[in-house]
Amino acid sequence: MSAAVETPAERTVEPTERRPARLAELFLLILALAAGITAFAMVGRSVTGELPGDFWPVSLLLTGIGVAAHVVLRLRAPWADQVILPAVVLLNGLGLAMILRLELADTKGAAAWSQMMYTALGAGIAILLVWFLRDHRWIRRLTYTAMLVGLGLVVLPLLPVIGREINGARIWVNIAGFSLQPAEFAKIAFAIFFAGYLVTNRDTLALAGKKVLGLQLPRIRDLGPIIIVWAASLAVLVFERDLGTSLLFFGLFVAMLYLATERFSWVLIGLVLFGAGALVAASVFPHVGARMDVWLHPFDNELYNAVGGSFQIVQGTFALAAGGLFGTGWGEGYPYLVPYAFSDFIYSSLGEELGLTGLLAILLTYLLIVQRGLRTAIAVRDGFGKLLAGGLAFVMALQLFVVVGGITRIIPLTGLTMPFMAQGGSSLLANWIVIALLLRISDNARRPSALPMRGMVAQGGAMHDPIVVGAHDGATPGTGVPVRRPAADAPSRGSTPSHPTEAISRHPDPPTGGEHL
Amino acid sequence: MSELTITLLRLGYLVLLWVFVLSAIAVLRRDLAPRGTPRASRADRRRADASPAAAPAGAAAAAPAAPSRRSGPTRLVVTTGPLTGTTLPLSTASILIGRSPGCTLVLDDDYSSSRHARIFPQGDQWFVEDLGSTNGTFIGDTQVSGPVPLAPGVGVRIGQSVVELQG
Repeated sequence: MSAAVETPAERTVEPTERRPARLAELFLLILALAAGITAFAMVGRSVTGELPGDFWPVSLLLTGIGVAAHVVLRLRAPWADQVILPAVVLLNGLGLAMILRLELADTKGAAAWSQMMYTALGAGIAILLVWFLRDHRWIRRLTYTAMLVGLGLVVLPLLPVIGREINGARIWVNIAGFSLQPAEFAKIAFAIFFAGYLVTNRDTLALAGKKVLGLQLPRIRDLGPIIIVWAASLAVLVFERDLGTSLLFFGLFVAMLYLATERFSWVLIGLVLFGAGALVAASVFPHVGARMDVWLHPFDNELYNAVGGSFQIVQGTFALAAGGLFGTGWGEGYPYLVPYAFSDFIYSSLGEELGLTGLLAILLTYLLIVQRGLRTAIAVRDGFGKLLAGGLAFVMALQLFVVVGGITRIIPLTGLTMPFMAQGGSSLLANWIVIALLLRISDNARRPSALPMRGMVAQGGAMHDPIVVGAHDGATPGTGVPVRRPAADAPSRGSTPSHPTEAISRHPDPPTGGEHL
Repeated sequence: MSELTITLLRLGYLVLLWVFVLSAIAVLRRDLAPRGTPRASRADRRRADASPAAAPAGAAAAAPAAPSRRSGPTRLVVTTGPLTGTTLPLSTASILIGRSPGCTLVLDDDYSSSRHARIFPQGDQWFVEDLGSTNGTFIGDTQVSGPVPLAPGVGVRIGQSVVELQG
């Protein structure tokens, strides 16, 4: 943030090196921790009548994570956004409270303490990332490495020994007793790859092609990349039987393509391609078709009683209905009646106990994180950072849409997890890494720049040749084509025109990447 | 615990959640507010409201500029926004205003476009022209579309900033 230095006659503006105190973040963090810890206590009180056994360790660990992250941000990323961290801590705390509540109700599979450990691990990785990664532009050199890593991670669950099929979706790997969902990490790798790839190639994708009905259509041969990603995401849908992951990757690519090119035609092409692919897959492959049936006719008696039928989604709907406007209160409902109430269906569990009012607060908190990410993308100066921040923020929004849309029956149900809330180590680790990247980019975006580009007058004042609109004779200009007049014609009045790029290239650390997005 | 206490706790918790959300939104609102001191910006707004009363008439705006033809305005001053007080000497060259580093006056303002507007001399008169910006260029409440004559002392709003010709 630049502050004006006041001198009486002519004030010049210089960025001052005044670090923000991050008091807003501290205040929000206290509120978020209070909400999380109160939830732990209320859960214990209403389920068992006393504080849950893990109350003090879990509360202290969550507080420790929040405070440690806050201190590290003060030291290493003082200009980073102040809302993101408290919002994440709040969501993580609410998720932990719900998992703890289900564990206290003896729900099979709910494990609050392991979720707490993964939270600590994820936050630790995020803190290290913020500490050691000083400039997000460094990641750009990993563009093609990220592509290979991403493809490898996607293929991993298909491998014979380590791949696991759980509940019909083959998106798990099992290494040394630990289950992982590699797709969660692949989405970060793909966001990095797409950002690096599009920032260099967007001009061909944006400019070539003819206009039809007001839409700038790309050339046929430029459709290559989108076709490849489309085929890859369809392959995920067919072989790993996971609509969510497939939708996530394809949506990420289309959104970043749109961010990079500003061509709406890409969004249209993407929607048409995915719609066609999904329709064909639904009619050709039985497991995809079964998902569609469950989505369209969940209250069908036969489907409700079938194995892998609509029992879960119908129970989830009932849970949301039982919650009503204000919910039953922490620990007062019956969320454990829904299968996987602690992971895939944590949204309906929260809906039952916090009601629509609580759910809207949670959704708004996600919206805040996404908005801060997109805002960072607007503010950051390099093209790679813009695409990466925009892509990561969008993928979080899309994932939330797919999860919540699946539970509320807007789209077919998928196996994606709700970021920061659903039980699952991979999802937690991956999303904390996403947050670390967003914080790092937002610090670079909001840091006062020493470059003579923002809030500063270029040397010598005007540096462009005078451009005359319309005729030379000094009549009132029309809206005609600008006519360039040689600079020599203009009587120089003291200021010599200088070119701004000289001033920039003299600086030891010029910005890389495209500047006009 | 009584039923009443439980209900109060339940609703109190929802209030706590919303206090968090609304406080976070209050923090975000600081991004939207103009960063200049509120008193200065209010004064400028009043001046901007008062002075362009003559501007839309076009010919009427040109009239006050006519007597000062010899001297004319000598500088462009930012009167509102983060760069308040910044002064540019005027020459015969046009002045490009926007976020792009290539502009003459580079604004640190997410609400301005990279090449937002141009202020240029033509004959004895200065004109302002919008360069197809997203959020528009305004003289008072009137949006600038084509080149519009700009008299000294008339504020031109670009994003969060107001600039005017002086001297």
